[in-house]
Amino acid sequence: MAEDKIRASLLKESKASKREKHGKILSFAAIGLIVIVVVAIFIFVATRGIATFTVDKGSLWDFFTKSQWNPGATDKSGHPLIGALPMIVGSFAVTLLSAVVATPFAIAAAIYMVEISPRRGYKILQPVIELLVGIPSVVYGFVGLSLVVPFIRNHFGGTGFGILAGTMVLFVMILPTVTSMSVDALRSVPRYYREASLALGATRWQTTYKVVLRAAVPGIMTAVIFGMSRAFGEALAVQMVIGNAALLPQNLVSPASTLTSILTMGMGNSVMGSVSNNALWSLALLLLLMSLLFNILIHRISKKGALH
Amino acid sequence: MRQHKLWLLAAVFGLFILAGCKQQGAAITAVGSSALQPLVEAAGERYSSEHSGEFINVQGGGSGTGLSQIQSGAVDIGNSDLYAQEKSGINAKKLVDHQVAVVGVVPIVNKDIPLDNLTMAQLRGIFSGQYTNWSQVGGPDVPVVLVNRATGSGTRVTFERWVMNKVPTKAAQEQDSTGMVRQIVSSTPGAISYVAFPYVNKTVKTLKLDGIAATDRNVQTNKWVIWSYEHMYTKGTPTGLTKRFIDYVLSNTVQQKIVKKLGYIAVNEMQVARDLAGHVTKRVGQ
Repeated sequence: MAEDKIRASLLKESKASKREKHGKILSFAAIGLIVIVVVAIFIFVATRGIATFTVDKGSLWDFFTKSQWNPGATDKSGHPLIGALPMIVGSFAVTLLSAVVATPFAIAAAIYMVEISPRRGYKILQPVIELLVGIPSVVYGFVGLSLVVPFIRNHFGGTGFGILAGTMVLFVMILPTVTSMSVDALRSVPRYYREASLALGATRWQTTYKVVLRAAVPGIMTAVIFGMSRAFGEALAVQMVIGNAALLPQNLVSPASTLTSILTMGMGNSVMGSVSNNALWSLALLLLLMSLLFNILIHRISKKGALH
Repeated sequence: MRQHKLWLLAAVFGLFILAGCKQQGAAITAVGSSALQPLVEAAGERYSSEHSGEFINVQGGGSGTGLSQIQSGAVDIGNSDLYAQEKSGINAKKLVDHQVAVVGVVPIVNKDIPLDNLTMAQLRGIFSGQYTNWSQVGGPDVPVVLVNRATGSGTRVTFERWVMNKVPTKAAQEQDSTGMVRQIVSSTPGAISYVAFPYVNKTVKTLKLDGIAATDRNVQTNKWVIWSYEHMYTKGTPTGLTKRFIDYVLSNTVQQKIVKKLGYIAVNEMQVARDLAGHVTKRVGQ
């Protein structure tokens, strides 16, 4: 009898293995749901975005090279006016400029926090960075509108709205992201790199500049691209300060627009299925593809640049 | 202990769900034009307080949203600043128009511009890009800064229809809310834009056109031509609560009190009527 009992308990599924099964099913279901949602979003945006070119007879060439954006109207040959060049230029301009401005500051802050004064950096800079990350973008936009725009108007001319204002706002917005990721990159440089360098008689600055920074380049690149992808996708704050004129920017202080700003502005004013609406979906598709590209870049760099 | 917390959580969730279900009785949803939203909200609140158990949910989203939502039947009322026929992608035949108020649109300029009056041709010239400096229309030597509303917004369509006369508007800054437009005009030297009457305040300056001031009185007689109806669209003839609510909005209580207080113009005080094509007829019998 006793043998049977043992036998039964051995053959029966134990409580722990049942739990494991449940857990597995649950997590697979969750993963499956996420995958389905992502794929569904992609398909939806893609079909809508492509409709501009297939259903409404917009020309893909016009989309990337012309600068007249008025999807509700058509040109002489009957194609809708969907020149998105001003938005594309605007998006890339604010993204690249803000990354160019933010990177040196971020690297400097990261070096201070990791190499020069880790304790003070941890005590003062860390909370500041975390605070900056937590500020909602509408607040950045509001500050930009009430401080940055008038400042630019008074010192650089123009109306104050434009690429420069967008760059300045985005610079502050992506700075914490780039900084904290650069900090991680510097921290992950193995200790013996520094020790070896110092043992060879290099000064701290030489060690930092020639060894640590060099070794951390892939990580820092990832940080910068991450910041750029955030800048590229930011809508609200940029929309408030850039002026939203679908014009090719003449200079840094003339009103311009980004893909996101035109998208948010047009959403409520167009009807699902109309040309104007489809054209907005095309902008959305372009944004989606760009963020995909940024992600691929990040993966490439972090794979290639992995230490050892 | 952990079991306890779980129960508590479940209880809280249950309460939330119950709270959601509490709206027993009838409820309808009105979606669309942000210009009309305050009026519908105020009327809806008043209606609910007078008729217990009947609720009016009001959401913004823009005229385009309102029209496409009512067309697809997702909501009970679609609010719009435009005639449904004026919006591409909308089949107006299935929709029934209820004009619940009139709103005027007025050009506003930055306070530093000493002008009080422009001719219609000058205003058109400014927005088409023909005049780029205020000195060309008798003002100081300050460059003109155009601020537009987003393409397709009700205010912009109204302005372009009655001012621009099919002359294309120069591509310029665009903003998607009236509040933002007013803020920018008040702080940018040489700026000009246009807003609905309810949004005019002391931070900006309104202009007369051909010597006519933008007053409710002038809109009622159509001397001031830049105005539009505020529409509440239903899919087919309204029934039940939707009908009762629209009748309520058109009643004297709402028209005399709420409509005026919010800066709109009551429909029954208009001395003229204007149809989709812009033909103006005298209103009789009111």
